[in-house]
Amino acid sequence: MTGPTVAAPRETPPANPLAEFLLRLGDDRLVLGHRLSEWCGHAPILEEDIALANIALDLVGQASAFLAAAGEAEGQGRTDDTLAYFRDEREFRNALLVERPNGDFAVTILRQFLFDAWSVLLLDALKTCGYAPLAAIAAKALKEATYHLRHSSEWVLRLGDGTDESHARAQRALDDLWRFTGELFQTDAVDEAVAGMGIRVDYAALRSRWNDMVSDVVKRATLALPADQPAATGGRRGRHSEYLGHMLAEMQSVARAHPGATW
Amino acid sequence: MEQKPQATPEDPAKLAQFQARIDAGESIEPKDWMPERYRKQLVRMMSQHAHSEIVGMLPEGNWITRAPSLRRKMSLLAKVQDEAGHGLYIYCGTETLGVDRAELVDQLLDGRAKYSSIFNYPTLSWADIGVIGWLVDGAAIVNQTVLAKASYGPYARAMIRICKEENFHKRQGFEIVATLAAGTPAQQAMVQDAVNRWWWPSLMMFGPSDTDSPNSAELLRWKVKHKTNDELRQRFVNLTVPQAIAVNLTLPDPDLTYNAETKNWEFGEIDWAEFHEVIRGNGPCNRERLAARRAAHENGRWVREAAEAHAAKQRRRSTEAA
Repeated sequence: MTGPTVAAPRETPPANPLAEFLLRLGDDRLVLGHRLSEWCGHAPILEEDIALANIALDLVGQASAFLAAAGEAEGQGRTDDTLAYFRDEREFRNALLVERPNGDFAVTILRQFLFDAWSVLLLDALKTCGYAPLAAIAAKALKEATYHLRHSSEWVLRLGDGTDESHARAQRALDDLWRFTGELFQTDAVDEAVAGMGIRVDYAALRSRWNDMVSDVVKRATLALPADQPAATGGRRGRHSEYLGHMLAEMQSVARAHPGATW
Repeated sequence: MEQKPQATPEDPAKLAQFQARIDAGESIEPKDWMPERYRKQLVRMMSQHAHSEIVGMLPEGNWITRAPSLRRKMSLLAKVQDEAGHGLYIYCGTETLGVDRAELVDQLLDGRAKYSSIFNYPTLSWADIGVIGWLVDGAAIVNQTVLAKASYGPYARAMIRICKEENFHKRQGFEIVATLAAGTPAQQAMVQDAVNRWWWPSLMMFGPSDTDSPNSAELLRWKVKHKTNDELRQRFVNLTVPQAIAVNLTLPDPDLTYNAETKNWEFGEIDWAEFHEVIRGNGPCNRERLAARRAAHENGRWVREAAEAHAAKQRRRSTEAA
Protein backbone atom coordinates (compact mmCIF):
# COMPACT_ATOMS: atom_id res chain seq x y z
CA MET A 1 0.00 0.00 0.00
CA THR A 2 1.44 3.40 -0.97
CA GLY A 3 0.82 6.45 1.17
CA PRO A 4 0.98 10.08 0.05
CA THR A 5 4.31 11.07 -1.54
CA VAL A 6 6.30 13.11 0.92
CA ALA A 7 9.80 12.89 -0.53
CA ALA A 8 10.57 15.79 -2.91
CA PRO A 9 13.68 17.27 -4.53
CA ARG A 10 15.73 19.65 -2.35
CA GLU A 11 15.54 22.37 -5.01
CA THR A 12 13.35 22.82 -8.05
CA PRO A 13 15.58 24.04 -10.88
CA PRO A 14 14.28 27.15 -12.68
CA ALA A 15 12.18 26.27 -15.71
CA ASN A 16 13.74 28.99 -17.85
CA PRO A 17 17.42 29.59 -17.07
CA LEU A 18 17.81 32.46 -19.55
CA ALA A 19 14.90 34.39 -18.05
CA GLU A 20 16.26 33.59 -14.59
CA PHE A 21 19.73 34.87 -15.48
CA LEU A 22 18.27 38.12 -16.83
CA LEU A 23 16.07 38.53 -13.75
CA ARG A 24 19.14 38.36 -11.54
CA LEU A 25 20.78 41.14 -13.52
CA GLY A 26 17.63 43.22 -13.47
CA ASP A 27 16.77 42.72 -9.81
CA ASP A 28 20.28 43.62 -8.60
CA ARG A 29 19.98 46.98 -10.31
CA LEU A 30 16.35 47.64 -9.43
CA VAL A 31 16.90 47.03 -5.73
CA LEU A 32 20.17 48.97 -5.56
CA GLY A 33 18.72 51.83 -7.62
CA HIS A 34 15.76 51.97 -5.28
CA ARG A 35 18.01 52.02 -2.21
CA LEU A 36 20.00 54.93 -3.65
CA SER A 37 16.81 56.81 -4.47
CA GLU A 38 15.94 56.72 -0.76
CA TRP A 39 18.76 59.25 -0.26
CA CYS A 40 17.05 61.86 -2.38
CA GLY A 41 17.03 65.19 -0.55
CA HIS A 42 18.97 63.80 2.42
CA ALA A 43 22.54 63.49 1.10
CA PRO A 44 25.53 65.00 2.95
CA ILE A 45 26.12 67.62 0.24
CA LEU A 46 24.14 68.89 -2.68
CA GLU A 47 26.62 67.45 -5.19
CA GLU A 48 25.93 63.99 -3.74
CA ASP A 49 22.16 64.48 -3.97
CA ILE A 50 22.78 64.96 -7.66
CA ALA A 51 25.26 62.10 -8.03
CA LEU A 52 23.23 59.53 -6.08
CA ALA A 53 20.04 60.41 -7.95
CA ASN A 54 21.94 60.15 -11.21
CA ILE A 55 23.34 56.71 -10.36
CA ALA A 56 19.92 55.55 -9.13
CA LEU A 57 18.45 56.70 -12.43
CA ASP A 58 21.05 54.76 -14.43
CA LEU A 59 20.49 51.62 -12.37
CA VAL A 60 16.71 51.73 -12.66
CA GLY A 61 17.14 52.27 -16.40
CA GLN A 62 19.41 49.22 -16.63
CA ALA A 63 16.94 47.24 -14.52
CA SER A 64 14.13 48.16 -16.88
CA ALA A 65 16.15 46.91 -19.87
CA PHE A 66 17.19 43.63 -18.19
CA LEU A 67 13.69 42.95 -16.85
CA ALA A 68 12.10 43.64 -20.22
CA ALA A 69 14.57 41.15 -21.74
CA ALA A 70 13.71 38.65 -18.98
CA GLY A 71 10.02 39.04 -19.78
CA GLU A 72 10.73 38.43 -23.46
CA ALA A 73 12.83 35.37 -22.69
CA GLU A 74 10.09 34.06 -20.42
CA GLY A 75 7.50 34.54 -23.16
CA GLN A 76 4.46 34.93 -20.92
CA GLY A 77 3.75 38.54 -21.65
CA ARG A 78 5.24 39.96 -18.47
CA THR A 79 6.76 43.44 -18.92
CA ASP A 80 9.50 45.16 -16.93
CA ASP A 81 6.77 46.81 -14.85
CA THR A 82 4.86 43.58 -14.16
CA LEU A 83 8.09 41.99 -13.06
CA ALA A 84 9.09 44.94 -10.88
CA TYR A 85 5.73 45.59 -9.26
CA PHE A 86 3.87 42.31 -9.15
CA ARG A 87 6.35 39.79 -7.81
CA ASP A 88 6.72 39.00 -4.11
CA GLU A 89 10.01 38.95 -2.28
CA ARG A 90 10.48 35.20 -2.74
CA GLU A 91 10.41 35.78 -6.50
CA PHE A 92 13.13 38.43 -6.46
CA ARG A 93 16.55 37.24 -7.57
CA ASN A 94 18.88 40.03 -6.45
CA ALA A 95 22.03 39.37 -4.44
CA LEU A 96 21.73 40.07 -0.71
CA LEU A 97 24.36 42.84 -0.90
CA VAL A 98 22.12 45.29 -2.76
CA GLU A 99 19.16 45.00 -0.39
CA ARG A 100 21.24 46.01 2.66
CA PRO A 101 19.75 49.17 4.16
CA ASN A 102 21.48 52.46 3.33
CA GLY A 103 22.93 52.90 6.82
CA ASP A 104 25.22 55.90 7.00
CA PHE A 105 26.93 57.36 3.94
CA ALA A 106 29.88 55.00 4.45
CA VAL A 107 27.65 51.92 4.20
CA THR A 108 26.00 53.29 1.06
CA ILE A 109 29.36 54.08 -0.55
CA LEU A 110 31.05 50.80 0.37
CA ARG A 111 28.02 48.79 -0.78
CA GLN A 112 28.13 50.73 -4.05
CA PHE A 113 31.86 50.30 -4.48
CA LEU A 114 31.80 46.52 -3.93
CA PHE A 115 28.89 46.24 -6.36
CA ASP A 116 30.30 48.64 -8.99
CA ALA A 117 33.64 46.84 -9.21
CA TRP A 118 31.81 43.56 -9.76
CA SER A 119 29.28 45.07 -12.15
CA VAL A 120 31.95 46.64 -14.38
CA LEU A 121 33.75 43.30 -14.73
CA LEU A 122 30.57 41.30 -15.29
CA LEU A 123 29.14 43.73 -17.87
CA ASP A 124 32.49 43.80 -19.63
CA ALA A 125 32.31 40.01 -19.96
CA LEU A 126 28.66 40.06 -21.04
CA LYS A 127 29.06 42.70 -23.72
CA THR A 128 30.67 40.14 -26.01
CA CYS A 129 28.43 37.23 -25.09
CA GLY A 130 26.63 35.19 -27.70
CA TYR A 131 23.11 36.35 -26.81
CA ALA A 132 22.73 39.59 -28.75
CA PRO A 133 19.96 41.32 -26.73
CA LEU A 134 21.99 40.85 -23.53
CA ALA A 135 25.26 41.94 -25.15
CA ALA A 136 23.65 45.19 -26.28
CA ILE A 137 22.26 46.07 -22.85
CA ALA A 138 25.56 45.16 -21.19
CA ALA A 139 27.58 47.37 -23.55
CA LYS A 140 25.42 50.39 -22.77
CA ALA A 141 25.29 49.68 -19.03
CA LEU A 142 29.06 49.22 -18.88
CA LYS A 143 29.63 52.87 -19.79
CA GLU A 144 27.43 53.96 -16.90
CA ALA A 145 28.91 51.43 -14.46
CA THR A 146 32.42 52.67 -15.24
CA TYR A 147 31.39 56.15 -14.15
CA HIS A 148 29.68 54.76 -11.04
CA LEU A 149 32.83 52.88 -10.07
CA ARG A 150 34.93 56.02 -10.43
CA HIS A 151 32.50 57.90 -8.19
CA SER A 152 32.34 55.23 -5.49
CA SER A 153 36.12 54.57 -5.57
CA GLU A 154 36.84 58.26 -5.08
CA TRP A 155 34.55 58.33 -2.08
CA VAL A 156 36.12 55.22 -0.57
CA LEU A 157 39.45 57.04 -0.77
CA ARG A 158 38.04 60.20 0.80
CA LEU A 159 36.31 58.37 3.63
CA GLY A 160 39.12 55.89 4.31
CA ASP A 161 41.87 58.48 4.10
CA GLY A 162 39.87 61.38 5.55
CA THR A 163 39.33 61.87 9.28
CA ASP A 164 39.55 59.32 12.09
CA GLU A 165 35.78 59.19 12.23
CA SER A 166 35.30 58.65 8.50
CA HIS A 167 38.04 56.02 8.50
CA ALA A 168 36.35 54.12 11.34
CA ARG A 169 32.96 54.31 9.67
CA ALA A 170 34.33 53.17 6.31
CA GLN A 171 36.18 50.25 7.92
CA ARG A 172 33.07 49.21 9.83
CA ALA A 173 30.98 49.34 6.65
CA LEU A 174 33.54 47.27 4.74
CA ASP A 175 33.69 44.70 7.54
CA ASP A 176 29.90 44.46 7.76
CA LEU A 177 29.35 44.13 4.02
CA TRP A 178 32.19 41.77 3.21
CA ARG A 179 30.26 38.56 3.84
CA PHE A 180 27.73 39.55 1.16
CA THR A 181 30.34 39.71 -1.61
CA GLY A 182 30.86 35.96 -2.00
CA GLU A 183 27.37 35.52 -3.42
CA LEU A 184 28.28 37.71 -6.40
CA PHE A 185 30.65 35.01 -7.67
CA GLN A 186 28.61 31.92 -6.88
CA THR A 187 27.47 29.85 -9.81
CA ASP A 188 24.67 27.33 -10.08
CA ALA A 189 22.66 25.38 -12.65
CA VAL A 190 21.40 28.62 -14.20
CA ASP A 191 24.91 29.73 -15.10
CA GLU A 192 25.69 26.31 -16.52
CA ALA A 193 22.54 26.34 -18.62
CA VAL A 194 23.08 29.82 -20.09
CA ALA A 195 26.71 28.97 -20.89
CA GLY A 196 25.22 26.60 -23.42
CA MET A 197 23.47 29.59 -25.02
CA GLY A 198 26.71 31.51 -25.44
CA ILE A 199 26.57 33.39 -22.15
CA ARG A 200 29.84 32.29 -20.63
CA VAL A 201 31.34 34.10 -17.68
CA ASP A 202 34.57 32.89 -16.08
CA TYR A 203 33.62 33.68 -12.49
CA ALA A 204 36.93 32.46 -11.05
CA ALA A 205 38.86 34.89 -13.25
CA LEU A 206 36.31 37.59 -12.53
CA ARG A 207 36.73 37.10 -8.81
CA SER A 208 40.47 37.32 -9.03
CA ARG A 209 40.30 40.60 -10.98
CA TRP A 210 37.68 41.93 -8.58
CA ASN A 211 39.94 41.10 -5.64
CA ASP A 212 42.79 43.04 -7.26
CA MET A 213 40.60 46.06 -8.00
CA VAL A 214 39.06 46.13 -4.55
CA SER A 215 42.35 45.51 -2.72
CA ASP A 216 44.02 48.32 -4.61
CA VAL A 217 41.41 50.93 -3.65
CA VAL A 218 41.05 49.62 -0.10
CA LYS A 219 44.82 49.81 0.37
CA ARG A 220 45.06 53.34 -1.03
CA ALA A 221 42.20 54.31 1.27
CA THR A 222 44.33 53.07 4.19
CA LEU A 223 41.62 50.53 5.05
CA ALA A 224 42.15 46.87 5.89
CA LEU A 225 40.73 44.10 3.74
CA PRO A 226 38.51 41.91 5.96
CA ALA A 227 39.50 38.30 6.49
CA ASP A 228 37.66 35.69 4.44
CA GLN A 229 34.45 34.60 6.07
CA PRO A 230 31.53 32.35 5.17
CA ALA A 231 29.46 33.96 2.43
CA ALA A 232 25.88 34.98 3.15
CA THR A 233 23.85 33.70 0.22
CA GLY A 234 20.31 32.91 -0.83
CA GLY A 235 19.24 35.93 -2.86
CA ARG A 236 19.60 34.18 -6.20
CA ARG A 237 17.06 31.59 -5.03
CA GLY A 238 14.72 34.17 -3.55
CA ARG A 239 15.80 33.63 0.04
CA HIS A 240 16.36 37.18 1.17
CA SER A 241 16.96 39.12 4.33
CA GLU A 242 13.98 40.56 6.15
CA TYR A 243 14.78 43.98 4.70
CA LEU A 244 13.66 43.28 1.15
CA GLY A 245 9.98 42.71 1.94
CA HIS A 246 9.65 46.16 3.51
CA MET A 247 11.36 47.78 0.57
CA LEU A 248 9.03 46.05 -1.89
CA ALA A 249 5.95 46.82 0.20
CA GLU A 250 6.76 50.50 -0.24
CA MET A 251 7.89 50.30 -3.84
CA GLN A 252 4.87 48.30 -5.03
CA SER A 253 2.17 49.95 -2.90
CA VAL A 254 0.62 52.27 -5.50
CA ALA A 255 0.89 49.87 -8.43
CA ARG A 256 -0.70 47.05 -6.42
CA ALA A 257 -3.53 49.19 -5.08
CA HIS A 258 -4.60 49.81 -8.68
CA PRO A 259 -3.98 46.59 -10.61
CA GLY A 260 -4.46 46.99 -14.34
CA ALA A 261 -4.26 50.78 -14.20
CA THR A 262 -2.13 52.79 -16.64
CA TRP A 263 0.22 55.39 -15.22
CA MET B 1 9.51 103.73 -1.33
CA GLU B 2 11.28 104.32 1.96
CA GLN B 3 14.67 102.74 2.43
CA LYS B 4 16.52 102.14 5.64
CA PRO B 5 19.34 104.65 6.13
CA GLN B 6 22.62 103.06 5.12
CA ALA B 7 25.99 103.24 6.84
CA THR B 8 27.60 104.74 3.77
CA PRO B 9 25.15 106.68 1.63
CA GLU B 10 25.35 105.81 -2.04
CA ASP B 11 26.94 108.36 -4.34
CA PRO B 12 23.99 110.10 -6.08
CA ALA B 13 25.92 110.40 -9.33
CA LYS B 14 26.67 106.68 -9.34
CA LEU B 15 23.07 105.89 -8.48
CA ALA B 16 21.83 107.98 -11.37
CA GLN B 17 24.30 106.36 -13.70
CA PHE B 18 23.18 102.92 -12.51
CA GLN B 19 19.52 103.76 -13.04
CA ALA B 20 20.37 105.08 -16.52
CA ARG B 21 22.01 101.77 -17.42
CA ILE B 22 18.95 99.90 -16.15
CA ASP B 23 16.62 102.17 -18.08
CA ALA B 24 18.66 101.63 -21.23
CA GLY B 25 18.09 97.87 -20.78
CA GLU B 26 21.73 97.07 -20.03
CA SER B 27 22.63 93.95 -18.11
CA ILE B 28 24.40 94.38 -14.78
CA GLU B 29 27.37 92.06 -14.33
CA PRO B 30 29.09 90.94 -11.09
CA LYS B 31 32.02 93.36 -11.30
CA ASP B 32 29.87 96.39 -12.15
CA TRP B 33 29.06 98.96 -9.50
CA MET B 34 25.60 98.42 -8.00
CA PRO B 35 23.71 99.96 -5.10
CA GLU B 36 24.07 97.95 -1.91
CA ARG B 37 20.32 97.62 -1.73
CA TYR B 38 20.20 96.12 -5.26
CA ARG B 39 22.81 93.57 -4.23
CA LYS B 40 20.82 92.70 -1.12
CA GLN B 41 17.54 92.30 -2.98
CA LEU B 42 19.20 89.99 -5.49
CA VAL B 43 20.87 87.92 -2.81
CA ARG B 44 17.48 87.61 -1.11
CA MET B 45 15.63 86.59 -4.27
CA MET B 46 18.30 84.29 -5.67
CA SER B 47 18.99 82.51 -2.41
CA GLN B 48 15.25 82.07 -1.78
CA HIS B 49 15.04 80.57 -5.22
CA ALA B 50 17.97 78.21 -4.60
CA HIS B 51 16.58 77.17 -1.20
CA SER B 52 13.21 76.47 -2.83
CA GLU B 53 14.85 74.07 -5.27
CA ILE B 54 16.52 72.24 -2.40
CA VAL B 55 13.52 72.05 -0.08
CA GLY B 56 11.38 71.21 -3.11
CA MET B 57 13.26 67.91 -3.44
CA LEU B 58 11.59 66.67 -0.25
CA PRO B 59 7.88 66.59 -1.15
CA GLU B 60 8.67 65.02 -4.52
CA GLY B 61 11.32 62.70 -3.11
CA ASN B 62 8.52 61.42 -0.88
CA TRP B 63 7.09 59.57 -3.92
CA ILE B 64 10.21 58.40 -5.76
CA THR B 65 10.19 55.17 -3.76
CA ARG B 66 6.51 54.59 -4.60
CA ALA B 67 6.32 55.70 -8.23
CA PRO B 68 3.93 53.22 -9.87
CA SER B 69 5.99 52.38 -12.97
CA LEU B 70 9.69 52.26 -13.78
CA ARG B 71 9.31 54.97 -16.39
CA ARG B 72 7.66 57.29 -13.85
CA LYS B 73 10.28 56.43 -11.26
CA MET B 74 13.02 57.40 -13.68
CA SER B 75 11.42 60.63 -14.78
CA LEU B 76 10.80 61.68 -11.18
CA LEU B 77 14.40 60.86 -10.26
CA ALA B 78 15.57 62.92 -13.22
CA LYS B 79 13.32 65.79 -12.20
CA VAL B 80 14.53 65.88 -8.62
CA GLN B 81 18.10 65.63 -9.85
CA ASP B 82 17.44 68.65 -12.11
CA GLU B 83 16.14 70.55 -9.09
CA ALA B 84 19.28 69.86 -7.09
CA GLY B 85 21.22 71.05 -10.14
CA HIS B 86 19.17 74.25 -10.31
CA GLY B 87 19.83 74.85 -6.63
CA LEU B 88 23.55 74.42 -7.16
CA TYR B 89 23.52 76.66 -10.21
CA ILE B 90 21.66 79.48 -8.47
CA TYR B 91 23.84 79.21 -5.34
CA CYS B 92 26.81 79.72 -7.68
CA GLY B 93 25.02 82.69 -9.23
CA THR B 94 24.50 84.14 -5.75
CA GLU B 95 28.21 83.72 -5.02
CA THR B 96 28.89 86.29 -7.78
CA LEU B 97 27.31 88.79 -5.38
CA GLY B 98 29.86 87.98 -2.70
CA VAL B 99 27.94 85.56 -0.46
CA ASP B 100 29.09 81.99 -0.26
CA ARG B 101 26.91 78.91 -0.29
CA ALA B 102 27.78 77.75 3.23
CA GLU B 103 26.51 81.05 4.62
CA LEU B 104 23.29 80.83 2.61
CA VAL B 105 22.71 77.25 3.73
CA ASP B 106 23.19 78.33 7.35
CA GLN B 107 20.54 81.00 6.84
CA LEU B 108 18.13 78.38 5.53
CA LEU B 109 18.80 75.94 8.34
CA ASP B 110 18.46 78.43 11.17
CA GLY B 111 15.20 79.72 9.70
CA ARG B 112 16.39 83.22 8.71
CA ALA B 113 16.03 82.63 4.97
CA LYS B 114 12.76 81.87 3.27
CA TYR B 115 11.89 79.40 0.53
CA SER B 116 8.77 78.95 -1.53
CA SER B 117 5.86 78.23 0.83
CA ILE B 118 4.37 75.76 -1.62
CA PHE B 119 6.80 73.13 -0.36
CA ASN B 120 5.30 73.35 3.10
CA TYR B 121 2.28 71.42 1.85
CA PRO B 122 2.37 67.61 1.99
CA THR B 123 2.33 65.25 -1.00
CA LEU B 124 -0.42 62.78 -0.14
CA SER B 125 -0.87 60.69 -3.27
CA TRP B 126 0.90 59.82 -6.49
CA ALA B 127 -1.36 62.31 -8.27
CA ASP B 128 0.33 65.10 -6.31
CA ILE B 129 3.47 64.45 -8.34
CA GLY B 130 1.59 65.13 -11.57
CA VAL B 131 -0.22 68.14 -10.16
CA ILE B 132 3.00 69.65 -8.77
CA GLY B 133 4.60 69.34 -12.20
CA TRP B 134 1.59 70.91 -13.86
CA LEU B 135 0.63 73.67 -11.40
CA VAL B 136 3.72 74.35 -9.30
CA ASP B 137 6.25 74.11 -12.11
CA GLY B 138 3.72 75.89 -14.32
CA ALA B 139 3.54 78.80 -11.88
CA ALA B 140 7.32 78.82 -11.49
CA ILE B 141 7.70 79.06 -15.28
CA VAL B 142 5.38 82.08 -15.45
CA ASN B 143 7.56 83.76 -12.81
CA GLN B 144 10.86 82.69 -14.25
CA THR B 145 10.11 83.54 -17.87
CA VAL B 146 9.91 87.15 -16.72
CA LEU B 147 12.95 86.81 -14.45
CA ALA B 148 14.91 85.64 -17.49
CA LYS B 149 14.84 89.33 -18.49
CA ALA B 150 16.04 90.48 -15.07
CA SER B 151 18.65 93.23 -15.10
CA TYR B 152 21.23 91.15 -13.22
CA GLY B 153 23.02 89.09 -15.89
CA PRO B 154 23.92 85.95 -13.93
CA TYR B 155 20.36 85.60 -12.61
CA ALA B 156 18.80 86.17 -16.02
CA ARG B 157 21.07 83.61 -17.65
CA ALA B 158 20.37 81.06 -14.93
CA MET B 159 16.64 81.56 -15.48
CA ILE B 160 16.89 80.96 -19.23
CA ARG B 161 18.61 77.65 -18.67
CA ILE B 162 16.36 76.61 -15.79
CA CYS B 163 13.16 77.53 -17.66
CA LYS B 164 13.99 75.03 -20.39
CA GLU B 165 14.10 72.20 -17.87
CA GLU B 166 11.06 73.46 -15.97
CA ASN B 167 9.06 73.40 -19.20
CA PHE B 168 9.99 69.78 -19.60
CA HIS B 169 8.91 69.07 -15.99
CA LYS B 170 5.63 70.82 -16.56
CA ARG B 171 4.91 68.74 -19.66
CA GLN B 172 5.72 65.57 -17.75
CA GLY B 173 3.48 66.66 -14.87
CA PHE B 174 0.59 67.46 -17.18
CA GLU B 175 1.05 64.11 -18.89
CA ILE B 176 0.70 62.35 -15.52
CA VAL B 177 -2.40 64.43 -14.77
CA ALA B 178 -3.95 63.70 -18.17
CA THR B 179 -3.24 59.97 -17.80
CA LEU B 180 -4.87 59.84 -14.37
CA ALA B 181 -7.80 61.97 -15.49
CA ALA B 182 -8.45 59.47 -18.29
CA GLY B 183 -7.84 56.50 -15.99
CA THR B 184 -9.91 54.39 -13.61
CA PRO B 185 -12.52 56.06 -11.36
CA ALA B 186 -10.06 55.75 -8.46
CA GLN B 187 -7.32 57.47 -10.47
CA GLN B 188 -9.72 60.23 -11.51
CA ALA B 189 -10.74 60.82 -7.91
CA MET B 190 -7.08 60.84 -6.87
CA VAL B 191 -6.10 63.51 -9.37
CA GLN B 192 -9.14 65.70 -8.70
CA ASP B 193 -8.35 65.58 -4.99
CA ALA B 194 -4.77 66.61 -5.69
CA VAL B 195 -5.90 69.53 -7.84
CA ASN B 196 -8.28 70.62 -5.08
CA ARG B 197 -5.45 70.71 -2.56
CA TRP B 198 -2.78 72.36 -4.76
CA TRP B 199 -4.79 74.97 -6.67
CA TRP B 200 -4.90 77.72 -4.07
CA PRO B 201 -1.34 77.25 -2.78
CA SER B 202 -0.20 77.49 -6.43
CA LEU B 203 -1.89 80.87 -6.78
CA MET B 204 -0.16 81.97 -3.58
CA MET B 205 3.22 81.23 -5.19
CA PHE B 206 3.07 84.64 -6.90
CA GLY B 207 3.36 86.33 -3.54
CA PRO B 208 1.24 88.96 -1.84
CA SER B 209 -1.21 91.09 -3.75
CA ASP B 210 0.25 94.23 -5.37
CA THR B 211 -1.45 96.35 -2.72
CA ASP B 212 0.55 94.50 -0.06
CA SER B 213 3.93 93.83 -1.73
CA PRO B 214 6.75 95.66 0.05
CA ASN B 215 9.51 94.91 -2.47
CA SER B 216 7.68 95.31 -5.76
CA ALA B 217 8.16 99.00 -6.58
CA GLU B 218 11.90 98.90 -6.09
CA LEU B 219 12.32 95.64 -7.99
CA LEU B 220 10.29 96.97 -10.91
CA ARG B 221 12.31 100.21 -11.00
CA TRP B 222 15.52 98.19 -11.16
CA LYS B 223 13.99 95.83 -13.71
CA VAL B 224 14.70 92.81 -11.56
CA LYS B 225 10.99 92.24 -12.01
CA HIS B 226 9.08 93.25 -15.11
CA LYS B 227 5.55 92.36 -14.03
CA THR B 228 3.72 92.65 -10.73
CA ASN B 229 2.65 89.66 -8.65
CA ASP B 230 -1.00 90.11 -9.59
CA GLU B 231 -0.23 90.41 -13.30
CA LEU B 232 1.75 87.17 -13.22
CA ARG B 233 -0.91 85.40 -11.15
CA GLN B 234 -3.56 86.39 -13.69
CA ARG B 235 -1.39 85.18 -16.54
CA PHE B 236 -0.99 81.82 -14.80
CA VAL B 237 -4.74 81.44 -14.21
CA ASN B 238 -5.47 82.33 -17.83
CA LEU B 239 -2.99 79.72 -19.04
CA THR B 240 -4.10 77.00 -16.65
CA VAL B 241 -7.91 77.08 -16.71
CA PRO B 242 -8.16 75.91 -20.35
CA GLN B 243 -5.74 73.08 -19.53
CA ALA B 244 -7.98 71.95 -16.66
CA ILE B 245 -10.97 72.04 -18.98
CA ALA B 246 -9.07 70.02 -21.58
CA VAL B 247 -8.58 67.12 -19.17
CA ASN B 248 -12.00 67.40 -17.59
CA LEU B 249 -10.90 68.53 -14.14
CA THR B 250 -12.60 71.16 -12.02
CA LEU B 251 -10.87 73.91 -10.06
CA PRO B 252 -12.02 74.52 -6.47
CA ASP B 253 -13.20 78.11 -6.93
CA PRO B 254 -16.93 78.81 -7.35
CA ASP B 255 -16.13 82.39 -8.43
CA LEU B 256 -14.02 81.37 -11.40
CA THR B 257 -15.61 83.06 -14.45
CA TYR B 258 -14.44 84.17 -17.86
CA ASN B 259 -14.63 87.87 -18.59
CA ALA B 260 -15.01 88.16 -22.35
CA GLU B 261 -14.12 91.83 -22.29
CA THR B 262 -10.79 91.57 -20.49
CA LYS B 263 -10.22 87.98 -21.71
CA ASN B 264 -9.28 87.12 -18.15
CA TRP B 265 -10.41 84.21 -16.03
CA GLU B 266 -11.48 86.06 -12.90
CA PHE B 267 -10.99 84.17 -9.67
CA GLY B 268 -12.11 84.33 -6.06
CA GLU B 269 -10.30 85.81 -3.08
CA ILE B 270 -7.11 84.10 -1.95
CA ASP B 271 -7.05 83.12 1.72
CA TRP B 272 -4.38 85.62 2.75
CA ALA B 273 -4.58 84.54 6.38
CA GLU B 274 -3.40 81.07 5.32
CA PHE B 275 -0.74 82.63 3.08
CA HIS B 276 0.74 84.59 5.99
CA GLU B 277 0.48 81.72 8.44
CA VAL B 278 2.48 79.41 6.15
CA ILE B 279 5.13 82.11 5.67
CA ARG B 280 5.32 82.53 9.44
CA GLY B 281 6.18 78.85 9.78
CA ASN B 282 2.77 77.42 10.59
CA GLY B 283 2.05 75.54 7.38
CA PRO B 284 1.39 71.80 7.46
CA CYS B 285 5.04 70.80 6.85
CA ASN B 286 7.29 73.77 7.68
CA ARG B 287 8.81 72.06 10.69
CA GLU B 288 9.27 68.72 8.94
CA ARG B 289 10.96 70.31 5.93
CA LEU B 290 13.47 72.24 7.99
CA ALA B 291 14.03 69.28 10.30
CA ALA B 292 14.79 67.09 7.27
CA ARG B 293 17.26 69.61 5.86
CA ARG B 294 18.92 70.05 9.25
CA ALA B 295 19.19 66.30 9.76
CA ALA B 296 20.79 65.89 6.31
CA HIS B 297 23.23 68.67 7.13
CA GLU B 298 24.10 67.34 10.59
CA ASN B 299 24.34 63.69 9.50
CA GLY B 300 26.52 64.74 6.60
CA ARG B 301 28.96 66.81 8.61
CA TRP B 302 31.47 64.00 9.09
CA VAL B 303 31.35 63.29 5.36
CA ARG B 304 32.12 66.89 4.43
CA GLU B 305 34.90 66.97 7.01
CA ALA B 306 36.34 63.76 5.56
CA ALA B 307 36.31 65.22 2.05
CA GLU B 308 38.10 68.37 3.26
CA ALA B 309 40.65 66.41 5.27
CA HIS B 310 41.35 64.15 2.32
CA ALA B 311 41.75 67.09 -0.06
CA ALA B 312 44.17 68.75 2.40
CA LYS B 313 46.22 65.56 2.61
CA GLN B 314 46.34 65.35 -1.18
CA ARG B 315 47.50 68.95 -1.44
CA ARG B 316 50.20 68.34 1.15
CA ARG B 317 51.39 65.24 -0.68
CA SER B 318 51.60 66.99 -4.02
CA THR B 319 53.55 69.88 -2.45
CA GLU B 320 55.95 67.43 -0.79
CA ALA B 321 56.40 65.57 -4.07
CA ALA B 322 57.14 68.79 -5.96
